[in-house]
This record gives sequence, structure tokens and C-alpha cells, in this order.
Amino acid sequence: MIELNDVGYSYGGDALLTDVSLNLSPGSFHFLTGPSGAGKTTLLKLCYLELQATRGEVVAFGRPARQLSRDGVARMRRRVGIVHQDCRFLDHLPLVENVALPLSVSGQPDHADSTEMRELLAWVGLKHRATALPPELSGGERQRAALARALIMSPDVILADEPTGNLDWEMSLRLLTLLVELNRMGKAVLIATHDLALIRQAKTQLAARVLRIRDRTLQVAGAEL
Amino acid sequence: MRPLRAFISFLVGDPRADRVVPPSGVAAHLTTFAAAAMAFLAVFALALSLSAGRLAERWSSALAQSSTVRISAPDDQRAAQTQAVLDILAETPGVESARALSDAEQRALLAPWFGADLPVETLPIPQLIEVVETQAGYDAEGLRLRLRAEAPGAILDDHTRWRRPLVRAADRLRSLGWTSILLITLTTGAMITLAANAALAANAQVIAVLRLVGARDTYIARAFVRRFTLRSLTGAAIGTALGMLAVWALPSAETASSFLTGLGFSGASWLLPLTIPPLAAIVAFWATRAASFRALKEVR
Repeated sequence: MIELNDVGYSYGGDALLTDVSLNLSPGSFHFLTGPSGAGKTTLLKLCYLELQATRGEVVAFGRPARQLSRDGVARMRRRVGIVHQDCRFLDHLPLVENVALPLSVSGQPDHADSTEMRELLAWVGLKHRATALPPELSGGERQRAALARALIMSPDVILADEPTGNLDWEMSLRLLTLLVELNRMGKAVLIATHDLALIRQAKTQLAARVLRIRDRTLQVAGAEL
Repeated sequence: MRPLRAFISFLVGDPRADRVVPPSGVAAHLTTFAAAAMAFLAVFALALSLSAGRLAERWSSALAQSSTVRISAPDDQRAAQTQAVLDILAETPGVESARALSDAEQRALLAPWFGADLPVETLPIPQLIEVVETQAGYDAEGLRLRLRAEAPGAILDDHTRWRRPLVRAADRLRSLGWTSILLITLTTGAMITLAANAALAANAQVIAVLRLVGARDTYIARAFVRRFTLRSLTGAAIGTALGMLAVWALPSAETASSFLTGLGFSGASWLLPLTIPPLAAIVAFWATRAASFRALKEVR
């Protein structure tokens, strides 16, 4: 669904990533590790086209990214659920409307009061916070809300940047269980994380591929994981 | 039908789409106020243009249809030359009528400067003959030559030297009015562009989030465009209403026939200011749309 073929990304003359190849095919599950600043977030941004590769080719749902118009990029993102590290929200809208935002922008009924929405919020433990504004939420709550927003459109690909960074172990496991279930339904999942315990836990449940960014290139992680 | 449907849908809006951009408080009021002020000025500029146009037409037609022959001759020849001029005028093509002004009429003409008791008959005041032309008019140069030959004391004044500067002045005034309207329109566009740019910059985070969750540029732009268009429409409607009220409250042209008191609208021209609010809305629509798409290009 999303392919990176020999992709490189440079900024201000410095190469941040070189010769990265990755195929997020249906049903694939990838973890992405690496030290801070290695380029994990950059790689995710290349996947959802917030950044444009300076070398190589990104293919999203069968179409080269360079050929996509701005509307094409918007349509592509509706098929990708993104959980950002910094969990960006519209601070003036209550949580439930933020979670329903992908539905609103794509012209679908947002079902803000629907059973599905209530179930989704209950699942991420935010049912009682539905009317709270984002600035009123804790870091963990924001992360869970971002996850709910990423899943509301039932995306084909799920990209998550440190999704468990502010979650306790119990919530992290619940998140992992959901992502595993979604993956078994054919969704492609890519999680950038430092959480090795989470990766080990995942490997007990499915054949996840663990990748590491080292020296600006993407490598398969060793047996220590 | 499709453009009409799109227009109605634009006016009605989508409450969810409108809510994605936070209300901008003072900036919103400033846009409305600026649109109101510009519309108020536009009403006056329009009134000025229309009045100047009417004035130019009036001066042009009033002075163009009449002329004067002035006879300055010794007393013993004055009556004979007056009669000779009247005879010439009677047979000149293009002259509808001609008559010599009586002493009373000449006294009335001079009264504003010398008072009503002026003894016209004792003063060497030229005899005036009022000439009314037909629509086609007469050959002024030919008439002058003939008068010079047959009545040497007669001088034809066809008012050209008065009429031309007056009409030119009125035409310039009219042009100034239309130029003012153009400048007001451009200024409105510039002010709305600045306000829209400020709103877009203040909402950069909102735009980034919307793009991230798959919003198309038109969806994001519409939220800003609709807001600024409606604010401008509202402001311009208020400004136009106040401007029309102010013009209506000016002294009537019938009561005092001068240019300043004649500033205003008459008859169907009262409908013209009603085009100002939609014009302001159109300017706001395009200015905000251009600013929005320019700003959106910065966000991938």
C-alpha cells in the first residue's frame, strides 16, 4: 500500500536518510527503532507525504507520490491513520469533535453521538472526557485521543510515532492488542518506538518485523529483539 | 442551476466546517468595521459621480441651447443695429427664436451687483439679445462674419468659453468619483487580504492538523473565505445603509439649486448603492480565497 524505493531525504544539504526501502503491504506489521534523532519521525513523515523524498520514490496506494496533486495527498491521508508524537489537535474543539475530525473533513456524518463513537472513546478510556478541550487533557489522554482519531476512518495503514510514550503498561498492552487485531484484519501497521518491552510483547503475538535506523539507513534489527 | 446551488450552499454553510476555524474575536469586528467604513465612503463617491454627471449634462445642455448677442453701439445707432441683428437672426438657420431684452430684464440681471435701482437707460450698457437655438444649432462662425458686416457693434457670445470649462470640471469631478470607487474597492480588497493573512497565520496549527487528517484545500479555504465574505457583506450592508441615510438627509436639490445641495441620488439611481454590499462580498471572497490558497501552499 505504501512503498519506499531507495528513498533519501536531505535537509539543508545534510542527508538525514539514504537508500531507504520499505513496503507497508496489507497485513504487514513493522516496528521502527533507533536512537533519538535517527530519523524515525522523518521516515514516518515520508510515508504519509508530509515530507517529499529528495531521492528515490514513494508510492502510495499504487501511485507515485510525486504525481499526486494536493487533493490526491488529502485523499491518500484519509486511508492512513496517523498518531503523532506531539498529538496535534484543534484546541477549541472538544475531544469528541477532534476524534471525529477525519469524518468531518471527508464529508461523512461524524456520528459524534453514535454508539460507535462512544465505544471507541470507552475503549481508549476517554468516554468521560468526551466534552473536554485538548488543553485540559493529560499527556496520556492526548495520546489515546490521537489513537482514536487515527482509527475512526478504519484506515488501511496505521502509522504511529511513539504511541505509548505517555501510556502506562496496561494501556500500552491494550493499544498493542487493538493494533494486532487491526493487523489481522489486513491493515498495515508501522510503529516507531523506543519501547523494547512492547516490541517483545508483540513478537509473542505475531510475526512483526523490527527495523532500525542506523547511520541514516534502514536495517533489520538483530536477534536481541 | 449548479452555480446557484453552490452559491446557496456557500451562504448556508456547513456548521461543522465553520467550527474548525476558531472564532477570531477582534479581527472579525475589525473586518466588519472596515467593510462598513469603505461602503459608507463608496456611497458618497457614487453620489458624487452621479451628481457630477447630472451637473455636466445640465450645464452642457442648458448652455448649449442658448447664446447672447451683445450690441455696443452709439445711442443713435443702437436701435437700428438691434433691429438689423434681429433681422439677421430671424433668417439664420438653426436659430429658433431671438428677442431683445427689455430694460427691466437687463436691470434684473445687473441687480445682484449694482442694486435694483440702477438707471439702466442713463448708462452705456450694451443691448442684449437672447438667442435660442434649435437642436441642430447654427453656424456660429458664419453668423459672426455676417454680424460684423451688417452690425459692427454686435458681438456673438455662444457661451462656449463658459460652457467648456464648466463641463470639463464636472466631467473631472465625475471621473474623480469613479476613481474613488475603484480605489475604495482596491483598498477593501487589500485590507481583507491583510486580515485574512493574519487569520491564516494565527491558525497555522489548525491548517496543519486539518491537512494531516485529510482535509482538501478547498475545505480549509472555504472556512476562511465564507467567514470573511459574510463579515464583509454584513459590514458593507451596514455602511451602505448609513451612507444612504446620510445622503438622504442632505438638503434637497429642489430647495437650493447649487452643486453641493444637489449631491445625492434621484429616482432609480437610489438602487445603485445597493450593489455595494454584494460587490464588497465578491471582493472579500476573491481576496480571501487567493490568500488562503497562497497560505495553504506552504503546508504539505
